[in-house]
Amino acid sequence: MDLVLDILSWILLLAGAIFLLIGAIGVLRFPDFYTRLHAVSICDTLGAGLVLLGLILQGGLSLVTVKLLLMFYFMIFTGPTAVHALAEAALQGKLKPVIDDRES
Amino acid sequence: MFIIVSVVILIAIALGLVRAFRGPTLYDRVLAANMIGTLTVLMVAVLGFMTGRPEFLDIALVYVLISFVSTIAVLRVVASRSSTTTDSGGR
Amino acid sequence: MEYLIDIVLLGLLMITGFAIVRMKSLLAVAMLTSIYSLLSASLFVVLDAVDVALTEAAIGAGISTILILATVALTSDEEKAPRHTPLLPLIVVIATGAALIYGTLDMPHYGDPTAPVHRYAAQSYLHDTPADIGVSNVVTSVLASYRGYDTLGEVTVIFTAGIGVLALLGYRTRRRNIQGPGIRKLVVLRVIAKLFFPLILLFALYVLFHGDYGPGGGFQAGVIFATGFILYALAFGLGNAQRVIPHQLLRSMMAVGVLIYAAVGIESMLLGGKFLEYRVLADDPVTGQHLGIMIIELGVGITVAAVMLIIYYGFVSRRD
Repeated sequence: MDLVLDILSWILLLAGAIFLLIGAIGVLRFPDFYTRLHAVSICDTLGAGLVLLGLILQGGLSLVTVKLLLMFYFMIFTGPTAVHALAEAALQGKLKPVIDDRES
Repeated sequence: MFIIVSVVILIAIALGLVRAFRGPTLYDRVLAANMIGTLTVLMVAVLGFMTGRPEFLDIALVYVLISFVSTIAVLRVVASRSSTTTDSGGR
Repeated sequence: MEYLIDIVLLGLLMITGFAIVRMKSLLAVAMLTSIYSLLSASLFVVLDAVDVALTEAAIGAGISTILILATVALTSDEEKAPRHTPLLPLIVVIATGAALIYGTLDMPHYGDPTAPVHRYAAQSYLHDTPADIGVSNVVTSVLASYRGYDTLGEVTVIFTAGIGVLALLGYRTRRRNIQGPGIRKLVVLRVIAKLFFPLILLFALYVLFHGDYGPGGGFQAGVIFATGFILYALAFGLGNAQRVIPHQLLRSMMAVGVLIYAAVGIESMLLGGKFLEYRVLADDPVTGQHLGIMIIELGVGITVAAVMLIIYYGFVSRRD
Protein backbone atom coordinates (compact mmCIF):
# COMPACT_ATOMS: atom_id res chain seq x y z
CA MET A 1 0.00 0.00 0.00
CA ASP A 2 2.82 2.35 0.84
CA LEU A 3 4.55 1.61 -2.42
CA VAL A 4 1.39 2.28 -4.39
CA LEU A 5 0.92 5.64 -2.67
CA ASP A 6 4.55 6.50 -3.29
CA ILE A 7 4.41 5.69 -6.98
CA LEU A 8 1.13 7.56 -7.35
CA SER A 9 2.55 10.65 -5.69
CA TRP A 10 5.66 10.54 -7.89
CA ILE A 11 3.49 10.35 -10.98
CA LEU A 12 1.42 13.30 -9.81
CA LEU A 13 4.50 15.34 -8.95
CA LEU A 14 6.17 14.67 -12.27
CA ALA A 15 3.00 15.38 -14.22
CA GLY A 16 2.57 18.65 -12.35
CA ALA A 17 6.16 19.66 -12.99
CA ILE A 18 5.81 18.87 -16.70
CA PHE A 19 2.69 21.00 -16.94
CA LEU A 20 4.46 23.89 -15.23
CA LEU A 21 7.31 23.58 -17.68
CA ILE A 22 4.89 23.52 -20.63
CA GLY A 23 3.24 26.65 -19.27
CA ALA A 24 6.59 28.40 -18.97
CA ILE A 25 7.57 27.45 -22.52
CA GLY A 26 4.21 28.73 -23.68
CA VAL A 27 4.78 32.06 -21.97
CA LEU A 28 8.05 32.36 -23.79
CA ARG A 29 6.92 31.39 -27.25
CA PHE A 30 3.38 32.61 -27.74
CA PRO A 31 3.09 35.66 -29.98
CA ASP A 32 0.74 37.88 -28.07
CA PHE A 33 -0.02 38.91 -24.52
CA TYR A 34 -3.49 37.37 -24.38
CA THR A 35 -2.29 34.01 -25.64
CA ARG A 36 0.46 34.05 -23.05
CA LEU A 37 -2.20 34.75 -20.46
CA HIS A 38 -3.97 31.56 -21.52
CA ALA A 39 -0.78 29.55 -21.19
CA VAL A 40 -0.02 30.77 -17.70
CA SER A 41 -3.47 30.62 -16.23
CA ILE A 42 -4.32 27.12 -17.36
CA CYS A 43 -1.01 25.34 -17.11
CA ASP A 44 0.10 27.04 -13.93
CA THR A 45 -3.05 26.30 -11.96
CA LEU A 46 -3.22 22.73 -13.21
CA GLY A 47 0.45 22.08 -12.55
CA ALA A 48 0.19 23.60 -9.09
CA GLY A 49 -2.84 21.46 -8.28
CA LEU A 50 -1.11 18.27 -9.38
CA VAL A 51 2.08 19.04 -7.47
CA LEU A 52 0.11 19.83 -4.33
CA LEU A 53 -1.92 16.65 -4.65
CA GLY A 54 1.28 14.67 -5.01
CA LEU A 55 2.68 16.28 -1.87
CA ILE A 56 -0.55 15.54 -0.01
CA LEU A 57 -0.14 11.86 -0.81
CA GLN A 58 3.39 12.05 0.53
CA GLY A 59 2.31 13.78 3.68
CA GLY A 60 -0.29 11.37 4.92
CA LEU A 61 -2.90 12.34 7.51
CA SER A 62 -1.37 15.16 9.52
CA LEU A 63 -1.25 18.91 9.94
CA VAL A 64 0.95 19.06 6.87
CA THR A 65 -1.90 17.78 4.74
CA VAL A 66 -4.26 20.38 6.17
CA LYS A 67 -1.85 23.15 5.25
CA LEU A 68 -1.39 21.74 1.77
CA LEU A 69 -5.14 21.58 1.30
CA LEU A 70 -5.36 25.19 2.42
CA MET A 71 -2.72 26.12 -0.11
CA PHE A 72 -4.58 24.24 -2.81
CA TYR A 73 -7.78 26.09 -1.96
CA PHE A 74 -6.01 29.46 -2.02
CA MET A 75 -4.32 28.78 -5.34
CA ILE A 76 -7.49 27.65 -7.03
CA PHE A 77 -9.13 30.92 -6.10
CA THR A 78 -6.33 33.41 -6.46
CA GLY A 79 -4.77 32.09 -9.65
CA PRO A 80 -7.69 32.68 -12.00
CA THR A 81 -8.67 35.89 -10.21
CA ALA A 82 -5.26 37.44 -10.71
CA VAL A 83 -5.31 36.45 -14.37
CA HIS A 84 -8.80 37.88 -14.78
CA ALA A 85 -7.72 41.16 -13.21
CA LEU A 86 -4.70 41.20 -15.50
CA ALA A 87 -6.86 40.73 -18.58
CA GLU A 88 -9.25 43.47 -17.43
CA ALA A 89 -6.38 45.87 -16.84
CA ALA A 90 -4.87 45.10 -20.24
CA LEU A 91 -8.20 45.65 -21.97
CA GLN A 92 -8.63 48.92 -20.17
CA GLY A 93 -5.10 49.93 -21.12
CA LYS A 94 -6.20 49.50 -24.72
CA LEU A 95 -3.88 46.62 -25.45
CA LYS A 96 -5.22 45.06 -28.62
CA PRO A 97 -4.98 41.33 -29.26
CA VAL A 98 -3.25 40.25 -32.43
CA ILE A 99 -5.88 39.08 -34.87
CA ASP A 100 -4.94 36.95 -37.82
CA ASP A 101 -6.20 38.89 -40.84
CA ARG A 102 -5.93 36.03 -43.25
CA GLU A 103 -8.96 34.26 -41.84
CA SER A 104 -11.32 37.25 -41.66
CA MET B 1 13.37 12.46 -6.75
CA PHE B 2 12.12 15.70 -5.31
CA ILE B 3 15.27 17.07 -6.87
CA ILE B 4 13.96 16.45 -10.36
CA VAL B 5 10.80 18.36 -9.60
CA SER B 6 12.69 21.27 -8.09
CA VAL B 7 15.09 21.40 -11.03
CA VAL B 8 12.17 21.48 -13.45
CA ILE B 9 10.55 24.26 -11.47
CA LEU B 10 13.83 26.19 -11.51
CA ILE B 11 13.97 25.89 -15.29
CA ALA B 12 10.42 27.19 -15.48
CA ILE B 13 11.40 30.15 -13.27
CA ALA B 14 14.32 30.92 -15.56
CA LEU B 15 12.03 30.89 -18.60
CA GLY B 16 9.62 33.19 -16.82
CA LEU B 17 12.48 35.55 -16.04
CA VAL B 18 13.33 35.74 -19.74
CA ARG B 19 9.78 36.82 -20.41
CA ALA B 20 10.01 39.35 -17.58
CA PHE B 21 13.07 40.93 -19.16
CA ARG B 22 11.86 40.81 -22.72
CA GLY B 23 8.10 41.32 -22.51
CA PRO B 24 7.37 44.39 -24.55
CA THR B 25 4.48 45.65 -22.49
CA LEU B 26 4.17 46.11 -18.74
CA TYR B 27 1.42 43.49 -18.60
CA ASP B 28 3.80 40.81 -19.82
CA ARG B 29 6.06 41.59 -16.93
CA VAL B 30 3.23 41.48 -14.42
CA LEU B 31 2.24 38.13 -15.86
CA ALA B 32 5.78 36.85 -15.53
CA ALA B 33 6.00 38.08 -11.94
CA ASN B 34 2.75 36.34 -11.05
CA MET B 35 3.91 33.12 -12.66
CA ILE B 36 7.27 33.24 -10.87
CA GLY B 37 5.40 33.81 -7.63
CA THR B 38 3.35 30.65 -8.08
CA LEU B 39 6.43 28.68 -9.08
CA THR B 40 8.33 29.90 -6.04
CA VAL B 41 5.51 28.78 -3.78
CA LEU B 42 5.64 25.31 -5.26
CA MET B 43 9.40 25.16 -5.08
CA VAL B 44 9.39 26.15 -1.42
CA ALA B 45 6.82 23.46 -0.67
CA VAL B 46 8.85 20.82 -2.52
CA LEU B 47 12.06 21.99 -0.82
CA GLY B 48 10.31 21.66 2.50
CA PHE B 49 9.52 18.05 1.80
CA MET B 50 12.98 17.43 0.43
CA THR B 51 14.75 18.63 3.56
CA GLY B 52 12.16 17.16 5.89
CA ARG B 53 11.10 20.49 7.39
CA PRO B 54 7.37 20.99 7.24
CA GLU B 55 7.66 24.53 8.63
CA PHE B 56 8.34 25.72 5.11
CA LEU B 57 4.67 25.32 4.33
CA ASP B 58 3.94 28.39 6.44
CA ILE B 59 6.20 30.37 4.15
CA ALA B 60 4.49 28.96 1.08
CA LEU B 61 1.07 29.91 2.45
CA VAL B 62 2.23 33.47 3.10
CA TYR B 63 3.64 33.72 -0.42
CA VAL B 64 0.40 32.65 -2.03
CA LEU B 65 -1.53 35.39 -0.30
CA ILE B 66 1.13 38.05 -0.67
CA SER B 67 1.80 37.49 -4.36
CA PHE B 68 -1.93 37.64 -5.02
CA VAL B 69 -2.32 40.97 -3.24
CA SER B 70 0.80 42.31 -4.91
CA THR B 71 -0.47 41.43 -8.40
CA ILE B 72 -3.81 43.05 -7.70
CA ALA B 73 -2.06 46.17 -6.41
CA VAL B 74 -0.01 46.53 -9.58
CA LEU B 75 -3.07 46.17 -11.72
CA ARG B 76 -5.10 48.68 -9.79
CA VAL B 77 -2.31 51.23 -9.97
CA VAL B 78 -1.91 50.71 -13.70
CA ALA B 79 -5.65 50.64 -14.34
CA SER B 80 -6.33 53.83 -12.41
CA ARG B 81 -3.55 55.64 -14.24
CA SER B 82 -4.74 54.56 -17.64
CA SER B 83 -8.30 55.48 -16.75
CA THR B 84 -7.34 59.01 -15.74
CA THR B 85 -5.24 59.57 -18.85
CA THR B 86 -7.87 58.32 -21.29
CA ASP B 87 -10.73 59.85 -19.29
CA SER B 88 -12.82 56.74 -19.29
CA GLY B 89 -13.09 56.21 -15.51
CA GLY B 90 -16.81 56.43 -15.07
CA ARG B 91 -18.69 56.21 -11.86
CA MET C 1 22.99 18.53 -4.96
CA GLU C 2 21.74 21.51 -3.03
CA TYR C 3 24.73 23.46 -4.29
CA LEU C 4 23.16 23.32 -7.72
CA ILE C 5 19.99 24.99 -6.51
CA ASP C 6 22.07 27.55 -4.61
CA ILE C 7 24.13 28.42 -7.66
CA VAL C 8 21.15 28.62 -9.96
CA LEU C 9 19.24 30.87 -7.56
CA LEU C 10 22.23 33.16 -7.08
CA GLY C 11 22.73 33.32 -10.82
CA LEU C 12 19.10 34.27 -11.35
CA LEU C 13 19.44 36.91 -8.64
CA MET C 14 22.44 38.42 -10.36
CA ILE C 15 20.70 38.50 -13.72
CA THR C 16 17.64 40.14 -12.19
CA GLY C 17 19.88 42.70 -10.51
CA PHE C 18 21.47 43.60 -13.82
CA ALA C 19 18.08 43.88 -15.48
CA ILE C 20 16.83 46.19 -12.73
CA VAL C 21 19.76 48.49 -13.31
CA ARG C 22 19.41 48.53 -17.07
CA MET C 23 15.68 49.06 -17.44
CA LYS C 24 14.23 52.48 -17.90
CA SER C 25 10.56 51.95 -17.19
CA LEU C 26 10.04 52.27 -13.46
CA LEU C 27 6.92 50.14 -13.31
CA ALA C 28 8.87 47.28 -14.84
CA VAL C 29 11.61 47.86 -12.28
CA ALA C 30 9.01 47.60 -9.52
CA MET C 31 7.88 44.21 -10.81
CA LEU C 32 11.47 43.04 -11.13
CA THR C 33 12.12 44.13 -7.54
CA SER C 34 9.27 41.92 -6.43
CA ILE C 35 10.76 39.01 -8.36
CA TYR C 36 14.12 39.73 -6.75
CA SER C 37 12.56 39.52 -3.30
CA LEU C 38 10.90 36.22 -4.16
CA LEU C 39 14.18 34.77 -5.37
CA SER C 40 16.08 35.88 -2.30
CA ALA C 41 13.37 34.44 -0.08
CA SER C 42 13.83 31.10 -1.88
CA LEU C 43 17.55 31.41 -1.24
CA PHE C 44 16.89 31.88 2.45
CA VAL C 45 14.72 28.79 2.43
CA VAL C 46 17.54 26.79 0.86
CA LEU C 47 19.89 28.18 3.52
CA ASP C 48 17.48 26.88 6.19
CA ALA C 49 16.74 30.34 7.59
CA VAL C 50 13.01 29.97 7.93
CA ASP C 51 12.13 33.10 9.90
CA VAL C 52 14.12 35.34 7.60
CA ALA C 53 12.50 33.78 4.55
CA LEU C 54 9.05 34.42 5.99
CA THR C 55 9.87 38.04 6.71
CA GLU C 56 11.41 38.54 3.28
CA ALA C 57 8.37 37.02 1.62
CA ALA C 58 5.88 39.11 3.55
CA ILE C 59 7.73 42.40 3.29
CA GLY C 60 9.78 42.26 0.11
CA ALA C 61 7.29 40.67 -2.23
CA GLY C 62 4.24 42.33 -0.71
CA ILE C 63 4.38 45.63 1.09
CA SER C 64 7.59 46.89 -0.47
CA THR C 65 6.35 46.31 -4.02
CA ILE C 66 3.03 47.94 -3.28
CA LEU C 67 4.68 51.03 -1.81
CA ILE C 68 7.17 51.33 -4.67
CA LEU C 69 4.26 51.13 -7.09
CA ALA C 70 2.34 53.76 -5.16
CA THR C 71 5.39 56.04 -5.33
CA VAL C 72 5.85 55.48 -9.05
CA ALA C 73 2.19 56.24 -9.56
CA LEU C 74 2.67 59.55 -7.79
CA THR C 75 5.80 60.51 -9.68
CA SER C 76 6.96 59.90 -13.20
CA ASP C 77 7.08 56.66 -15.10
CA GLU C 78 10.44 56.78 -16.80
CA GLU C 79 13.88 57.08 -15.38
CA LYS C 80 15.52 60.36 -16.28
CA ALA C 81 18.81 60.24 -18.15
CA PRO C 82 21.81 60.74 -15.85
CA ARG C 83 23.41 64.10 -16.10
CA HIS C 84 27.02 63.05 -15.58
CA THR C 85 29.17 60.22 -16.81
CA PRO C 86 29.25 57.35 -14.37
CA LEU C 87 32.97 56.72 -14.71
CA LEU C 88 34.12 58.04 -11.32
CA PRO C 89 31.35 56.32 -9.33
CA LEU C 90 32.12 53.11 -11.19
CA ILE C 91 35.78 53.29 -10.17
CA VAL C 92 34.85 53.96 -6.53
CA VAL C 93 32.39 51.06 -6.48
CA ILE C 94 34.84 48.64 -8.05
CA ALA C 95 37.59 49.64 -5.63
CA THR C 96 35.32 49.27 -2.58
CA GLY C 97 33.94 45.96 -3.85
CA ALA C 98 37.41 44.58 -4.45
CA ALA C 99 38.50 45.61 -0.96
CA LEU C 100 35.45 43.94 0.58
CA ILE C 101 35.97 40.72 -1.35
CA TYR C 102 39.61 40.73 -0.30
CA GLY C 103 38.41 41.11 3.27
CA THR C 104 36.18 38.04 3.06
CA LEU C 105 39.12 35.83 2.20
CA ASP C 106 40.14 35.97 5.82
CA MET C 107 36.77 35.05 7.24
CA PRO C 108 36.06 31.54 8.57
CA HIS C 109 34.35 29.07 6.30
CA TYR C 110 30.60 29.07 6.01
CA GLY C 111 29.12 26.94 8.78
CA ASP C 112 32.43 26.32 10.51
CA PRO C 113 31.63 25.18 14.05
CA THR C 114 34.82 26.64 15.50
CA ALA C 115 34.15 30.14 14.21
CA PRO C 116 33.84 32.71 16.99
CA VAL C 117 30.25 33.58 16.11
CA HIS C 118 29.17 30.02 16.80
CA ARG C 119 30.96 29.61 20.08
CA TYR C 120 30.19 32.16 22.72
CA ALA C 121 26.72 33.65 23.00
CA ALA C 122 25.10 31.40 20.41
CA GLN C 123 26.05 28.26 22.31
CA SER C 124 24.58 29.56 25.53
CA TYR C 125 21.33 30.58 23.82
CA LEU C 126 20.95 27.18 22.18
CA HIS C 127 21.80 25.43 25.38
CA ASP C 128 19.67 27.42 27.79
CA THR C 129 16.53 28.00 25.76
CA PRO C 130 14.74 24.71 26.53
CA ALA C 131 15.32 25.08 30.25
CA ASP C 132 14.82 28.82 30.64
CA ILE C 133 12.10 29.60 28.15
CA GLY C 134 10.73 26.37 26.78
CA VAL C 135 9.87 27.43 23.22
CA SER C 136 11.08 25.44 20.27
CA ASN C 137 11.83 28.38 18.01
CA VAL C 138 15.19 29.66 19.20
CA VAL C 139 14.96 32.71 16.95
CA THR C 140 11.89 33.86 18.85
CA SER C 141 13.50 33.18 22.20
CA VAL C 142 16.56 35.20 21.27
CA LEU C 143 14.57 38.00 19.69
CA ALA C 144 11.88 38.34 22.29
CA SER C 145 13.54 37.30 25.50
CA TYR C 146 17.31 37.27 25.53
CA ARG C 147 17.54 40.33 23.32
CA GLY C 148 14.19 41.83 24.18
CA TYR C 149 15.62 45.28 24.73
CA ASP C 150 16.93 45.40 21.15
CA THR C 151 13.52 44.43 19.87
CA LEU C 152 11.98 47.27 21.87
CA GLY C 153 14.35 49.57 20.02
CA GLU C 154 13.29 48.07 16.71
CA VAL C 155 9.62 48.62 17.42
CA THR C 156 10.37 52.20 18.38
CA VAL C 157 12.20 52.66 15.10
CA ILE C 158 9.17 51.43 13.19
CA PHE C 159 6.98 53.75 15.21
CA THR C 160 9.29 56.65 14.37
CA ALA C 161 9.08 55.75 10.69
CA GLY C 162 5.32 55.93 10.94
CA ILE C 163 5.52 59.35 12.54
CA GLY C 164 7.93 60.46 9.83
CA VAL C 165 5.56 59.42 7.07
CA LEU C 166 2.68 61.12 8.84
CA ALA C 167 4.69 64.30 9.15
CA LEU C 168 5.79 64.30 5.52
CA LEU C 169 2.74 63.01 3.71
CA GLY C 170 -0.10 63.57 6.08
CA TYR C 171 -3.47 62.38 5.06
CA ARG C 172 -5.97 64.27 3.01
CA THR C 173 -9.33 63.80 4.63
CA ARG C 174 -11.48 64.21 1.58
CA ARG C 175 -14.96 62.84 1.69
CA ARG C 176 -14.89 61.86 -1.97
CA ASN C 177 -15.09 58.15 -2.54
CA ILE C 178 -12.09 57.13 -4.60
CA GLN C 179 -13.52 54.43 -6.81
CA GLY C 180 -11.58 54.17 -10.05
CA PRO C 181 -12.95 52.13 -12.95
CA GLY C 182 -16.58 51.20 -13.14
CA ILE C 183 -18.07 48.95 -10.48
CA ARG C 184 -19.15 46.31 -12.94
CA LYS C 185 -15.58 45.47 -13.75
CA LEU C 186 -14.57 44.81 -10.18
CA VAL C 187 -17.18 42.19 -9.32
CA VAL C 188 -14.84 39.21 -9.41
CA LEU C 189 -12.21 40.99 -7.41
CA ARG C 190 -14.71 42.13 -4.80
CA VAL C 191 -16.12 38.68 -4.26
CA ILE C 192 -12.69 37.17 -3.90
CA ALA C 193 -11.52 40.00 -1.64
CA LYS C 194 -14.47 39.45 0.66
CA LEU C 195 -13.72 35.74 0.69
CA PHE C 196 -10.05 36.12 1.46
CA PHE C 197 -10.02 39.09 3.79
CA PRO C 198 -11.01 37.16 6.96
CA LEU C 199 -8.71 34.30 5.98
CA ILE C 200 -5.73 36.60 5.70
CA LEU C 201 -6.45 38.20 9.06
CA LEU C 202 -6.86 34.79 10.66
CA PHE C 203 -3.62 33.65 9.13
CA ALA C 204 -1.88 36.73 10.51
CA LEU C 205 -3.10 35.84 13.99
CA TYR C 206 -1.88 32.27 13.49
CA VAL C 207 1.58 33.48 12.47
CA LEU C 208 1.63 35.80 15.46
CA PHE C 209 0.83 33.28 18.14
CA HIS C 210 2.49 30.30 16.52
CA GLY C 211 5.76 32.16 16.37
CA ASP C 212 6.96 30.28 19.41
CA TYR C 213 6.89 26.92 17.67
CA GLY C 214 7.33 27.68 14.00
CA PRO C 215 8.47 30.54 11.86
CA GLY C 216 6.62 33.71 12.62
CA GLY C 217 6.41 36.38 15.25
CA GLY C 218 5.22 39.91 15.58
CA PHE C 219 6.81 41.55 12.55
CA GLN C 220 5.62 39.07 9.97
CA ALA C 221 2.16 38.92 11.49
CA GLY C 222 1.81 42.69 11.42
CA VAL C 223 2.75 42.83 7.76
CA ILE C 224 0.32 40.07 6.81
CA PHE C 225 -2.42 41.79 8.78
CA ALA C 226 -1.80 45.04 6.93
CA THR C 227 -1.78 43.20 3.61
CA GLY C 228 -5.30 41.94 4.28
CA PHE C 229 -6.55 45.48 4.73
CA ILE C 230 -4.67 46.62 1.66
CA LEU C 231 -6.47 43.94 -0.33
CA TYR C 232 -9.76 45.28 0.96
CA ALA C 233 -8.76 48.83 0.06
CA LEU C 234 -7.74 47.76 -3.44
CA ALA C 235 -11.06 46.06 -4.11
CA PHE C 236 -13.46 48.49 -2.49
CA GLY C 237 -11.71 51.83 -2.66
CA LEU C 238 -9.97 53.87 -0.04
CA GLY C 239 -13.17 55.46 1.22
CA ASN C 240 -14.71 52.15 2.21
CA ALA C 241 -11.46 50.99 3.75
CA GLN C 242 -11.50 54.17 5.80
CA ARG C 243 -14.87 53.17 7.20
CA VAL C 244 -13.56 49.77 8.17
CA ILE C 245 -10.43 51.00 9.88
CA PRO C 246 -10.30 54.77 10.34
CA HIS C 247 -7.13 56.77 10.28
CA GLN C 248 -7.56 57.92 13.85
CA LEU C 249 -7.71 54.34 15.03
CA LEU C 250 -4.50 53.57 13.19
CA ARG C 251 -2.71 56.42 14.84
CA SER C 252 -3.75 55.17 18.26
CA MET C 253 -2.83 51.60 17.38
CA MET C 254 0.62 52.72 16.35
CA ALA C 255 1.32 54.10 19.79
CA VAL C 256 -0.53 51.41 21.74
CA GLY C 257 1.77 48.68 20.43
CA VAL C 258 4.91 50.36 21.68
CA LEU C 259 3.16 51.16 24.95
CA ILE C 260 2.24 47.51 25.48
CA TYR C 261 5.83 46.47 24.98
CA ALA C 262 7.21 49.06 27.37
CA ALA C 263 4.42 48.35 29.85
CA VAL C 264 5.53 44.73 30.09
CA GLY C 265 8.98 45.97 31.00
CA ILE C 266 7.72 48.36 33.64
CA GLU C 267 5.35 45.72 35.02
CA SER C 268 8.23 43.34 35.52
CA MET C 269 10.08 46.12 37.34
CA LEU C 270 7.08 46.71 39.57
CA LEU C 271 6.96 43.00 40.38
CA GLY C 272 10.50 43.07 41.64
CA GLY C 273 12.61 42.10 38.65
CA LYS C 274 14.59 44.15 36.18
CA PHE C 275 13.26 45.89 33.07
CA LEU C 276 11.85 43.28 30.66
CA GLU C 277 12.67 40.39 32.94
CA TYR C 278 9.75 38.13 32.14
CA ARG C 279 10.51 35.57 34.80
CA VAL C 280 8.71 37.50 37.48
CA LEU C 281 5.44 37.90 35.57
CA ALA C 282 4.01 34.64 36.82
CA ASP C 283 4.63 32.14 39.59
CA ASP C 284 6.52 29.75 37.37
CA PRO C 285 9.47 31.33 35.53
CA VAL C 286 8.84 29.45 32.31
CA THR C 287 5.19 30.48 32.28
CA GLY C 288 6.32 34.02 32.94
CA GLN C 289 8.57 33.86 29.90
CA HIS C 290 5.75 32.55 27.73
CA LEU C 291 3.42 35.26 28.93
CA GLY C 292 5.99 37.97 28.39
CA ILE C 293 6.85 36.79 24.88
CA MET C 294 3.21 36.54 23.88
CA ILE C 295 2.35 40.03 25.06
CA ILE C 296 5.30 41.75 23.48
CA GLU C 297 4.77 39.94 20.19
CA LEU C 298 1.21 41.24 20.26
CA GLY C 299 2.51 44.76 20.81
CA VAL C 300 4.98 44.43 17.96
CA GLY C 301 2.30 43.10 15.63
CA ILE C 302 -0.09 45.94 16.42
CA THR C 303 2.50 48.63 15.80
CA VAL C 304 3.81 47.10 12.58
CA ALA C 305 0.33 46.63 11.13
CA ALA C 306 -0.71 50.16 12.01
CA VAL C 307 2.45 51.73 10.57
CA MET C 308 2.19 49.80 7.31
CA LEU C 309 -1.40 50.86 6.88
CA ILE C 310 -0.62 54.47 7.72
CA ILE C 311 2.10 54.53 5.09
CA TYR C 312 -0.25 52.98 2.56
CA TYR C 313 -3.05 55.45 3.35
CA GLY C 314 -0.59 58.31 3.17
CA PHE C 315 0.61 57.34 -0.29
CA VAL C 316 -2.71 56.43 -1.82
CA SER C 317 -4.66 59.38 -0.50
CA ARG C 318 -2.31 61.75 -2.29
CA ARG C 319 -3.13 60.44 -5.71
CA ASP C 320 -5.30 62.75 -7.84
